[in-house]
Order: sequence, then structure tokens, then C-alpha cells
Amino acid sequence: MSEKVKFTIDGKEYEGEKGRLLVDVAAENGVYIPVLCHWKDVKPAGSCRICTVKVNDRYMTACTTPIDANMTVENKTPELEDIRKAIVEMLFVEGNHFCPACEKSGDCDLQALGYLYQMMVPRFPYAFERRELDAKSPKIFLEKNRCIFCKRCIRMIKDDKGRSFFAFKGRGKHLEITIDEKLAANISEELAQEAMKICPVGAILRKEVGFSTPIGQRKYDKVPIGSDIEVLQK
Amino acid sequence: MSKPIVATASLAGCFGCHMSLLDIDDRILKLIELVEFNKSPIDDIKTFTKHCDIGLIEGGVCNTENLHVLKDFRNNCKILISVGECAIMGGLPAMRNGISVRECLEEAYINGVTVGENKKKIMPNDEEIPIITDKVYPLHEIVKIDYYLPGCPPRADLLWQAVVALVTGDELNIPYELIKFD
Ligand code: SF4
Ligand code: SF4
Ligand code: FES
Repeated sequence: MSEKVKFTIDGKEYEGEKGRLLVDVAAENGVYIPVLCHWKDVKPAGSCRICTVKVNDRYMTACTTPIDANMTVENKTPELEDIRKAIVEMLFVEGNHFCPACEKSGDCDLQALGYLYQMMVPRFPYAFERRELDAKSPKIFLEKNRCIFCKRCIRMIKDDKGRSFFAFKGRGKHLEITIDEKLAANISEELAQEAMKICPVGAILRKEVGFSTPIGQRKYDKVPIGSDIEVLQK
Repeated sequence: MSKPIVATASLAGCFGCHMSLLDIDDRILKLIELVEFNKSPIDDIKTFTKHCDIGLIEGGVCNTENLHVLKDFRNNCKILISVGECAIMGGLPAMRNGISVRECLEEAYINGVTVGENKKKIMPNDEEIPIITDKVYPLHEIVKIDYYLPGCPPRADLLWQAVVALVTGDELNIPYELIKFD
């Protein structure tokens, strides 16, 4: 049995197994810390920074921070919420997010965070960088305009030999998500479906299906992101 | 006391936001009790005849005419509001951003698969036609915008509640379901 430790989030005490990731322990206790790149039980990438919290007064990403005794965590403070809102706004202006024309709209985690933080307009100017849509693979559209570089697909969608279907190409401003054409030619139904599911935005889309859930019944139409976690609050 | 005056315009938009305003249904009767309309496609007043309190603009700026109308609104309205995705971020018309104007026009008038016969390869260039801007601009990148009402279109209830709050001075508490980007 591993060691239990006590720590606080926003002044309230919680308990968890020492060494487990703060974001997961928080979620199990009904405390929502937003994530975009994190996926439970997958090695964290710490790339999106949306889970930024303050641990003993220092900015840390909750998806890469193991819990320990005497940790004082700040989560839902106006300062942190504004930092997160700024990150959402940055992602919106960096890519080309035309929500009205996006199949993921209503089920998109980035958009849902925009709703949560009531983003009426980003504080940054729009970049309008041109990026291509890659439709070469038989089951998947790769809409590069919407990728937020979370690396979930690269880390999670692999064939039976452990080879990733997705990869990054380029650096900095020229960074883009790509799909291995040869591997993707034989991707299974299930894996293609899984790829669309784990992509937090509408960058990976299944071909031949779309807009299947009516407006009003989509994941974030009626309830904010994180409410499924917050109902666990004791 | 005289009623607050509202003006509206559709720039590079589809009129969907205006349709959404009409979607307030019978509350439109209350609206005309609350405010007076000036320049707007709703009453067909073409030029400002009074200084206005509230300007509602749908659509971004895609040509020189839009630019002119937007500046005219800024000069004639105390409060200017970006209504809908196109006004806020360019919307679907801004999908051309990143493609050169020449390429867009050639696709529309010469190379496009749906282009009929155009042997002389003519692209419209009459001086009466407004010039297309290099890209579609969100309104706040050109003039100062005071408030934003997102949605494609913004829900009728959002438009209603926002206008009423502005006119009455009451606090606006927007329910979750009313802020949407689609
Ligand atoms: S990926 Fe999300 S934020 Fe981007 S256009 Fe689609 S719904 Fe909007
Ligand atoms: S395609 Fe989707 S899952 Fe892959 S890195 Fe981009 S946003 Fe993440
Ligand atoms: S969820 Fe922690 S950095 Fe992305």
C-alpha cells in the first residue's frame, strides 16, 4: 500500500496517494482543473499549460505535478482563471477556428473552455495562418487549422508494432501535425474513431460521418466542461 | 425622456444575426416601446438622421464599403457592438484569409469548376464596385468596439437580454446556454 498524503486545494483539505498526478487526484475528489493535452494514465506531455495551478506559490502544471504532503494548491482563483482564459484565447487566434463550420462544435474541449471562461473576444490579434487540410487517408480528415499541438494523437494512436500514426513536422511557427500516409491507409475503424475521440478539438475527423448529434444534445450545449467532475465534490 | 436610439448594419455577414434579432418574436413589440430605430435594414433608413445610442453590427469587413459603413457607425453611435462570429473574428468569409485576393478572384471568375463561359477572362473591376480588402477583418481590429455578442447567430435571447440590459442599465447575467460560438 503506498503512502497517503494530505494537501489542500483552494483552502480545502484532500487526501491521495503520494506521487500520483495532482490533476487526477483532484478530479477524483470533484475538483476540476482544466486539461487539453492530458489524458489519464498516459504519460503526460505538459504541453498546453491550461492546467496551470499555483503550488506553494509557484506556477506548476497540474498534469505533471505529483502530489506530496504539505502542498498548498491554488486552483480556482481569479488570477489563474485569467491565465487560463488567455491560453484559450491564444489558441483561438493561433489556429483558424471557424466554429460554425466545425464538426466538433458543441463537443470541442477548446470551445467549451471558451464558454466556461466567457471568452467574448480574444485579447490577441488573429494570426490567420494558412494551413492545409489533409484528406489523403481513407478514414480520416486531418484539419491542421484546428490542431492545438496537444500530442494526444501522437502519444496514443499507435499500431500493433507501437508505431504512431501521427507526428509533428517543422518547428515553432511552422509546426504542424501530420499523418503517416502508408500506416493510415490501413487504420482500423476503431482506431480512427478513437483518434477522433481523443483529439480535444476538431483536427481529427472521421470521414463519411459528421454532424450526427443534433444541436442541443451535444456534450457542452447545456452543461459546462468539468461539470461531470464537479458533481463528485464531497 | 426620449427613447434610446438603435442602429444596425450587416457588413460581410449573411443577415443571420438580423434574423436572430427578429427571432425574439412578440418581444419585438416591447422592443419598439423601449427603443427607437434609426439607420437599419429593419426600417430601411439608409443614412443616419440622428446620433444613436447603440449600434449593432453583424459581419466583418471584407471590402471598402464595409469599411466606410463601419466608420460611419463608430462616428454616429455611442456604444458599438460586434454581433456574431463574423463581426468578432471574421467568420466564414474569413476562410479566405491567407489566400491572396487575386487567387480568390481567379477561382471565382476564371478557374473555378462552376464558372461558366468567361473566354475573355474578365474579373469585375467596375469603379462602382467596392474594392475587396486583402483579408476579412474583425471589427475591433479597425475601430473601437464596446461589447461583443458571440454566436452564429447569437441566440435571440442573448440579443434581447443584452439590448434590454443596456437600455435599462440592469446587470446582465448571461446563462451558460446563451454564449455559443456556433
Ligand atoms: S476545433 Fe473547437 S474551437 Fe476549433 S473550430 Fe472546431 S469547435 Fe471551434
Ligand atoms: S491533431 Fe488533435 S490530438 Fe493531435 S496534436 Fe493536434 S489537437 Fe492534439
Ligand atoms: S493539461 Fe497540463 S499542460 Fe496540458
